[in-house]
Amino acid sequence: MEIKRIKTPLEPYVIEQLKAGEKVFLSGYIYTSRDAAHKRFVDTLNEGGRLPFDIQNQVIYYCGPSPAPPGRVIGACGPTTSSRMDAYAPRLVSLGLKGMIGKGKRSQAVKDALKQYKAVYFGATGGAGALLSKSVISSEVVAYEELGPEAVVKLGVVDMPLFVINDVYGNDLYESGAERYKR
Amino acid sequence: MKEVHVDEIVSVIEKLFIDANYNLSQNVLDTIKKSIDKEESSVGKEVLRELIKNANLARDEHIPICQDTGLAVTFMEVGQDVHIIGGSLNDAINEGVRRGYAKGYLRKSACHPFTRKNTGDNTPAIIHVKIVPGDKIKITVLPKGGGSENYGSVRMLVPSEGKEGVKALVLEMVTKGGPNPCPPIIVGVGIGGNFETSALLSKEALMEPLGKRSDDPEIAALEEELLLAINKTGIGPQGYGGIVTALDVHVKMMPCHIASLPVAVNIQCHAHRIKEAII
Repeated sequence: MEIKRIKTPLEPYVIEQLKAGEKVFLSGYIYTSRDAAHKRFVDTLNEGGRLPFDIQNQVIYYCGPSPAPPGRVIGACGPTTSSRMDAYAPRLVSLGLKGMIGKGKRSQAVKDALKQYKAVYFGATGGAGALLSKSVISSEVVAYEELGPEAVVKLGVVDMPLFVINDVYGNDLYESGAERYKR
Repeated sequence: MKEVHVDEIVSVIEKLFIDANYNLSQNVLDTIKKSIDKEESSVGKEVLRELIKNANLARDEHIPICQDTGLAVTFMEVGQDVHIIGGSLNDAINEGVRRGYAKGYLRKSACHPFTRKNTGDNTPAIIHVKIVPGDKIKITVLPKGGGSENYGSVRMLVPSEGKEGVKALVLEMVTKGGPNPCPPIIVGVGIGGNFETSALLSKEALMEPLGKRSDDPEIAALEEELLLAINKTGIGPQGYGGIVTALDVHVKMMPCHIASLPVAVNIQCHAHRIKEAII
């Protein structure tokens, strides 16, 4: 199938061209964070603090990799279930986050935020942790090192294979896909 | 009486968990390959191709198939003519898990239920022991990820709900999970026994080779029927839409109490990691 190549930081005009169901190759830098890091982001914001990295036009990857063996940048690094981050995501999107990568359905509040602030939700193939690790060329902990596999890690990626799940037009691949093939 | 030293068990368990997490079995690989032709959605086909690529890379470059290398589910069939010497069987299994997860750079995913503090070495393993005739020990490991396990259920149906009730529960769990348990999934169904045996039967059902039907024609027909129904939900590979939602369904059944109809559904992701060895 046809593949679009896109880069971070995600520019608004690029985001507007993405449609649910398309395959993309993403390159640039992305930031891993999952349950514990998200809680800290929002706690920090509530206390009037600043996030540990500038999220303007950036992409967050819901991922807790397996340990990197010697000589490798990262271990297996597939996506974790995104819905656990639904409580925090709209706040981050409202502050300029433009993309999230994970697996599984998002809440209506997240989908509304994607439409309102023009951001996208990408699916990485769950259980394809070896394949996804091949796209990662660099890895650097930028915050919360003490959280171990839940630390925020800045990953340099080249041609990371993703599918557009929720676009800025309110389309949802999980809904339209299942509807289309339901018998 | 045949003697087996616990050191041998430690070593076999260590190797099996590493092997399972790096090398997808030929049976699973072949089933995913065949499903590419069946799948009608182009996005679905693309996902299935990614899964094949992933399995090949994992094997060739020694990277875990999935970062969720699971809780260490271990089934032991111990021959009644075997004498285990040198220590405790449970300790040996846990030591094997500890070593395998450290040496294999596998993720440690066991934690305290409330504090969420990681146990640090992926123990305790989930251990099931059965005493069987003979003088061998058969060890089967099934590292099981959290994403798929979260969509399982045990329900005590009313006997009048019968087979239709079983089908409804299976479809309810598959639909509830949708994309989250990483379809194409494998579904294990345990019917009968009591509360806990139904759950165990559903897990044992997952250990049957893909494509194999039950020897009992009634159960075989139910497996076929469930697979067909699941693949009509439209969920498809990764939930992106398609007709390959499940790779297979296995059902195990045993008699139950006259007042009960226990049913358990256990869902497994496409990264169905299972390996066995005989000592």
